[in-house]
Amino acid sequence: MFNNLSDKLDKALHVLKGHGSITEVNVAETLKEVRRALLDADVNFKIAKQFTNTVKEKALGQNVLTTLQPGQLMVKIVKDELTQLMGGDAEGINLSGTPSVILMSGLQGSGKTTFSGKLANYLKNKKTKKPLLVACDVYRPAAIDQLHVVGEQINVEVFSDRGNNDPVAIAQAGVAYAKANGFNVVIIDTAGRLAVDEAMMTEISNIHKAIQPQETLFVVDSMTGQDAVNTAKAFNDILNFDGVILTKLDGDTRGGAAISIKSVVNKPIKFIGTGEKMEAIDVFYPSRMADRILGM
Amino acid sequence: AGKSKVDDEVLDNLEEVLVTSDVGVNTTLKVIERIEERVAKDKYLGTDELNQILREEIAGLLSETNSGEDTEFTIPEGKKPYVMMVVGVNGVGKTTTIGKLASQFKKQGLNVVLGAADTFRAAAIDQLQVWADRVDVPIVKQSMGSDPASVAFDTLKSAVASDADVVIIDTAGRLHNKVNLMNELTKVKRVMQKVVDDAPHDVLLVLDGSTGQNAFEQAKQFTAATEVTSLAVTKLDGTAKGGVVIGISDQFQIPVKYIGVGEGIDDLQVFNKYEFVDSFFK
Ligand SMILES: Nc1nc2c(ncn2[C@@H]2O[C@H](COP(=O)(O)OP(=O)(O)OP(=O)(O)O)[C@@H](O)[C@H]2O)c(=O)[nH]1
Ligand SMILES: Nc1nc2c(ncn2[C@@H]2O[C@H](COP(=O)(O)OP(=O)(O)OP(=O)(O)O)[C@@H](O)[C@H]2O)c(=O)[nH]1
Ligand SMILES: [K+]
Ligand SMILES: [Mg+2]
Ligand SMILES: [Mg+2]
Repeated sequence: MFNNLSDKLDKALHVLKGHGSITEVNVAETLKEVRRALLDADVNFKIAKQFTNTVKEKALGQNVLTTLQPGQLMVKIVKDELTQLMGGDAEGINLSGTPSVILMSGLQGSGKTTFSGKLANYLKNKKTKKPLLVACDVYRPAAIDQLHVVGEQINVEVFSDRGNNDPVAIAQAGVAYAKANGFNVVIIDTAGRLAVDEAMMTEISNIHKAIQPQETLFVVDSMTGQDAVNTAKAFNDILNFDGVILTKLDGDTRGGAAISIKSVVNKPIKFIGTGEKMEAIDVFYPSRMADRILGM
Repeated sequence: AGKSKVDDEVLDNLEEVLVTSDVGVNTTLKVIERIEERVAKDKYLGTDELNQILREEIAGLLSETNSGEDTEFTIPEGKKPYVMMVVGVNGVGKTTTIGKLASQFKKQGLNVVLGAADTFRAAAIDQLQVWADRVDVPIVKQSMGSDPASVAFDTLKSAVASDADVVIIDTAGRLHNKVNLMNELTKVKRVMQKVVDDAPHDVLLVLDGSTGQNAFEQAKQFTAATEVTSLAVTKLDGTAKGGVVIGISDQFQIPVKYIGVGEGIDDLQVFNKYEFVDSFFK
């Protein structure tokens, strides 16, 4: 019946407003609705609980109960809190290395290869960099071909070694190739992997140690549900990554996973993917994301 | 001793398990209400009994459409070729699932033909070709950028000519809110019917097991565009539980047929609702 959080909040706040004298009990009732709406937006169960507790304290602290329009103030508190939780202003990419090495990581199908291309294209056109793409997925059928097609589309060279089954060696060779040939950014595409796959997690940890990237990015599908926290935490434990990429935001998902991930690893969300084409990349704006989650 | 009260605490825990398995608030409340009704008379019962009731109630939501007894990969008799079309949003595991299914059908001695109707995504055709080579089945393809409906048409023609048993058509991943791309899918389906008038016999919607509540919208829009007849849930070898399919199966009355449990050729299983429910509590 209620399609989004703002509808639900309106409804909940309507309840709140309807009471002549508003009590702490009414606020609790309202926050239950807020929590439910967050869960519908795929915010993690525990984090939704924590969040509503914080909002409750703020609401009581700001005397939401005595203002003339408690509803509006509540919406503002919820939105501000969400925005703050997701980070401050948009954060860029660390390009201090010579070359700057960027390592992609994430689950299967999250959008790593596509985003590698988008980022290369962005750095080439917007930051006048000379990027090299390195194909370290030796498992997925035609993964190397896919990266080559992407490279052709954006006119960026792709380093690959088809006979080689060792992603660590390919990554190192790619970085060496970049140094020898005047590339100033190296983007390493890796295979998708599950956090519970120990061998594969060790592999990416070894790549990470071998090439010591300036930026390690965790690429996550914005449609992800409750599991987002587990995955983000497991990848962060192994890689201590620098930032998060949220893909497929051209869909209609609320994207509550963004809050969950940010709360659990406290790393900035740096870019978003908004389509399959190479131009479909944007920097992340916390307040826009808060609006989206709230359906505003 | 051994008896525990089905009190608020028990129900709160249950809520947490279900919600964190992506079952969703609506379906979770539905399950909890049904349990509350059943325990209203006998308020005290053991954890084992509670688990049994829970299993039954959740399986009940799936039961209209899932017998829960199939263990074999079967295709219905009397359709030759039996035409499957595989659809879903980007990156969920369509192409991989097709490779695994082709392998299962081939093992049964069936002649399988694959159709590479994803002509859009980088190296999508090469990827399906690798799977066709692995399984050793023919593939029908055109060049990148060609009309997917035309590829599907060619595939069916070829399958009919070669007297094939099963045709599986791969399609490009597309987000369900993109009207043009969804219309394209409707067209692919329509064009197939010029060759086999009741094709496709099965429209398999692939859902990524780690997807949250957005899967509902996916099921809704793909059903509107192609009349989805079965579901596959992939990537259940990870920590995600895929609970959202319970509500989807219940609401749209579509059976869950397969689950993906890895990237290998044999990592596909016939869906078993009891094992599925049990996995939430592991
Ligand atoms: N609509 C949309 N599709 C995207 C976006 N990013 C990636 N995709 C699509 O998602 C699918 C998976 O993308 P890939 O880049 O292959 O994902 P990956 O993480 O490299 O996958 P693996 O290598 O198999 O782990 C492809 O169909 C992409 O075109 C996005 O922002 N929006
Ligand atoms: N762990 C695991 N990975 C899977 C499973 N099924 C597919 N994958 C992986 O998920 C990624 C995407 O799979 P694809 O088959 O390319 O997905 P798709 O839906 O065809 O993707 P697009 O055509 O780009 O929309 C690949 O890396 C697969 O190996 C599964 O059951 N478990
Ligand atoms: K699982
Ligand atoms: Mg990839
Ligand atoms: Mg595919």
